[in-house]
Amino acid sequence: MSNRIAVVGDKESIYGFAALGLDPYVFDPSGDGFTMFKKLCQNESYSIIYVTEAAAAMLDKEIEKYRSAPSPAIILIPGVSGNTGEGLSAVRKSVEKAVGSDIFNE
Amino acid sequence: MAVKQVNPTRMELTRLKKKLNTATRGHKLLKDKRDELMRRFLEMVRENRALRMKVEESLREANLNFVLAKTAMSDEAMKAALLAPKQEVYVSTSYRNVMSVDIPVFDTKTRTPDPNDIYSYGFAFTSADLDGAVKSLSDILPDLIKLAEIEKSCQLMADEIEKTRRRVNALEHVMIPETREQIRYITRKLDENERSTQTRLMKVKDMMLQQAHGY
Repeated sequence: MSNRIAVVGDKESIYGFAALGLDPYVFDPSGDGFTMFKKLCQNESYSIIYVTEAAAAMLDKEIEKYRSAPSPAIILIPGVSGNTGEGLSAVRKSVEKAVGSDIFNE
Repeated sequence: MAVKQVNPTRMELTRLKKKLNTATRGHKLLKDKRDELMRRFLEMVRENRALRMKVEESLREANLNFVLAKTAMSDEAMKAALLAPKQEVYVSTSYRNVMSVDIPVFDTKTRTPDPNDIYSYGFAFTSADLDGAVKSLSDILPDLIKLAEIEKSCQLMADEIEKTRRRVNALEHVMIPETREQIRYITRKLDENERSTQTRLMKVKDMMLQQAHGY
């Protein structure tokens, strides 16, 4: 089966991906951004969803739901506003869950 | 430990012994599974971290290029240039089984084979920086896909490890000791019954001898 890739975030961060052929979705926290993201996750035709860290900070409840689901893969990426370290902390969370404590802590 | 009420019968004893056997074997197997999962997980998580740092660094550079390109172009021109893409990326997902965890393997296909189709605009009206920005982003794409694959795998494996660990602990600290305790209780009870039958028989024998021979 052939699926698409979605990119969610503020428009400065995601328009570049549109040129590559990924589907951009502008996240609007004051409008219907939340329902849009929910629909996006339930839409089976997206198997990878990239979310900018800034948007992810507001969507963390939804993202948490899909951590243990086989699909879609929700991956955090830094946006134009800079790297908040949220992406790496998601990796850390996995380690903590599996090992019991963060053993890669520097 | 509070022992659950069990019938002190031979049948129950055999059943419990079988149960203990299965539990011990299951415990050993699950423990092995947990250890192997952990080994693979740690390997993968190391790769995940390295890849993520690399991707984040190159994304930062790509974003910088975009900001640069934006300074030379109007917002409308930028939108017009990028929002009607020529290229499309399809991803097909297959699953690989690692220690009973189905981890995804993403395989990407583009709609057209031409790598220049990422430039969805005419070169006349856009700044040259935009070309560089789009190119740098397109160079990261394979790494981004790989990151998605590994990171999702890590999440799924972490979940499975947690579940397996719980099962191992439940078997080791609850199920197995409890069954052992029950088996011991039944054995004692049966032994006690045996002894009481023995004494009763001896007593009856004594009484019969007394009646028959007078001693």
